[in-house]
Amino acid sequence: MYWRLALSSIKAQMQYKLSFGLSAAGQLAGTAIEILGIWALFTRFGSLPHWSLSEVCLFYGVVNVGFAVADGMATGFDHFGVDYVRTGNFDRLLVRPRGLILQLLAHELAIRRLGRLVQGLIVMVWALTDLGIDLEWPMIVFLIYTIIGGTCLFLGLFVFQAALSFWTVESLEVMNTLTYGGVESSQYPLSIYDDWFRKFFTYVVPLACVAYFPILLLLDKTDPLGSSRLFQLLAPVAGYLFLAAAILAFSRGVRHYTSTGN
Amino acid sequence: MFNAYWSVISARYRTLLQYRAAAIAGFVTQLFWGAIKIMVMSAFFAVSTEPQPMKLVEVVSYIWLGQALLGMLPWSVDKELEAMITNGGISYELVRPLDLYSFWFCRTIALRTATTTLRSIPMLIFALLLLPLAGFDEWALAAPGGLVVTCVFLLSLVCALLLACSFTMIMHVILVWTISGDGLNRILPSFTMIFSGMVVPLPLFPDWTQGFLSLQPFRGLVDVPFRIYTGNIPALEAGPDILHQLIWSAVFIFLGRRLLASSMHRVVVQGG
Repeated sequence: MYWRLALSSIKAQMQYKLSFGLSAAGQLAGTAIEILGIWALFTRFGSLPHWSLSEVCLFYGVVNVGFAVADGMATGFDHFGVDYVRTGNFDRLLVRPRGLILQLLAHELAIRRLGRLVQGLIVMVWALTDLGIDLEWPMIVFLIYTIIGGTCLFLGLFVFQAALSFWTVESLEVMNTLTYGGVESSQYPLSIYDDWFRKFFTYVVPLACVAYFPILLLLDKTDPLGSSRLFQLLAPVAGYLFLAAAILAFSRGVRHYTSTGN
Repeated sequence: MFNAYWSVISARYRTLLQYRAAAIAGFVTQLFWGAIKIMVMSAFFAVSTEPQPMKLVEVVSYIWLGQALLGMLPWSVDKELEAMITNGGISYELVRPLDLYSFWFCRTIALRTATTTLRSIPMLIFALLLLPLAGFDEWALAAPGGLVVTCVFLLSLVCALLLACSFTMIMHVILVWTISGDGLNRILPSFTMIFSGMVVPLPLFPDWTQGFLSLQPFRGLVDVPFRIYTGNIPALEAGPDILHQLIWSAVFIFLGRRLLASSMHRVVVQGG
């Protein structure tokens, strides 16, 4: 069902080919400058304590691929407050005989996010080759499981944002701090940050669990912060749990919802 | 005549000041962003053994100024102007007894200054005063080194505003010029960000890029005023840099005027 809706959304967007091409290119340029910045710093300073350029690029790639997929799928949740709650259009979704989550995911599959996805993939593959990591099946499965964990976590953030809009439609841009700020910060290894910051992104918004910890396992590298291999293996589960918690919060919001009327 | 333009600026400025909730959200986001950047930079500086073209204190101040003055950069267009161009409201603009370029330029000044004042004042208070009080001295924005530095910095900031507005006007003219200008205007801000020094301070780019970086226009937006503030460019030697800002502003204004004039010849207003 989701695929049928997604396919029709893609078809609709492809109607405006030039506009699609330009906005994908815009996205590509937007993420390209970040990698350019990272490159400039590494050229200037040589390295970070414990970390090389290709290792940081692996962080960058994994996080951006996970985020790009979530960002593309979550337009319905991202615009939820403005497009559905404030206008009262949400009522129309409620009377349809399909799940709410499905309908909101199908709002639009924003393929203009392709720019970030493609770039994330390129950087990730380059980093993996440069680091000489043997991509055997268990590794590939682990990598995919990590990336999906990341996608779930970012989707969870968007769903939380949508859930909040049942209570307030003001200032939800603050959530962008967590989504875009999260992407920005997890492009660098967690160990370079201050303690309060690490704790926040491990325990409150478990971004480190879908980027930093599993990638250490992938790199077969000892954690300067001292986490165990078992923890690194299980960490991405936090992303899946985060999405589950967000959906729970969203359903509570739905029960709390009273329409603005038409 | 001058009065008409001044009232355009002040009316638009006051309208744009209404978006207070968005400003608070922006403030929080930028604090967070500033914190990330400072931690990343400190980590890099921690491994560096040789002297760098900028000191960490200077970089920290550069980052905070960047977070405070982000809205001044030509990263967006005037949404109302954009709507006017697509829905044909532009024809009303043509009948006004004002020079179109100057009129839009005034709107642009308001666009670039209103949100910036809302965001920069709390940000500067926070980074300059509250952080040192809370004991985060190495995270704080350092005060400028004396009256001369402050004056030269303010002068260069005004020039940066002029440059930012003249480039925003290029983006506005692109919208009139072609209907898919929207896509182009999504790509341009990325160049502005990286070449102005917002992503990484320009002196920290590799040495072989410095020649190009010092000639291109966007360094006048961020790199020049901020390095004057931090003392990285000595205030009394800043003349050529300020001239650089002015020359590029003049180039953009000239280009913008020419492009606007030529596209106004071609404008066809559909319907009545």
